[in-house]
Amino acid sequence: MRITCPLCGTRDRREFYYYGAEDYLHRPAPDAAPETWDDYLHLRDNPAGETRDLWYHELGCASWLVVTRNTVTHEISAVELVAEVSA
Amino acid sequence: MASLIARSPLAGQAPLVLGRLRLAEGRPGPITSLARLKDRPLDALLEAAGLSFPAPNSMVSTETHRLVWTGRDQAFLFGPPLEGLGAACAATDQSDGWASLLLEGPGAEEALMRLVPLDLRLTAFPQGRTARAPLNHMQAILMRTGPEAFTVLVFRSMAQSAWHEIGTAMRSLAARAAIG
Ligand SMILES: [Zn+2]
Repeated sequence: MRITCPLCGTRDRREFYYYGAEDYLHRPAPDAAPETWDDYLHLRDNPAGETRDLWYHELGCASWLVVTRNTVTHEISAVELVAEVSA
Repeated sequence: MASLIARSPLAGQAPLVLGRLRLAEGRPGPITSLARLKDRPLDALLEAAGLSFPAPNSMVSTETHRLVWTGRDQAFLFGPPLEGLGAACAATDQSDGWASLLLEGPGAEEALMRLVPLDLRLTAFPQGRTARAPLNHMQAILMRTGPEAFTVLVFRSMAQSAWHEIGTAMRSLAARAAIG
């Protein structure tokens, strides 16, 4: 498996650390309802198809990335910098 | 205040020569990390020194300085700190934090490619190219400094590990060459 870091280029999977769903980028407001926080912390979709996850280029440039990946075909269709996605 | 002795990360380590490859400790001198800050005139300051902020996987050199890309909006300056740097970016002294290893000789990339999952042949990784990449488990900074020369930087605490790993790769290559 190879991931193309937008900065470093195509790199081996061993350089990256997997964090979890992109949901972590959508943190609720501090005063949001408990249900909203529960959803944010614990509830995840498990799609057969496209999913967006956070990865960290740990052994490379240390950038956080959003990787769009298909769980059925294993195709990676996009890799973006979190800094640009959430800017 | 006690009088302390400054020791380089690989002090006392004699160069390792195996076949046509030579591994030695580098003495990079002052290293300063430059991280961009919004609305600070970093580019103007670099330009005045004959430098420019390097693109990913590359470095920019003058007679006195070398500026190496090390991450998003971050580069390492090798050479004396530039005047006014502190006001132009987030500048931090990294000088004693890194160990520098110089690997030279024909086929140096063959040894490094046993440890680094990148194509380091001259055609793919020419002079002036750099990379943030793993040297086995170590977060290294790699520079192609010549047609047959690389500089490898690792965290100071990993100096001996990096020396051992590269030495092992050199020994493997030498052994393979010996049996034809
Ligand atoms: Zn990267």
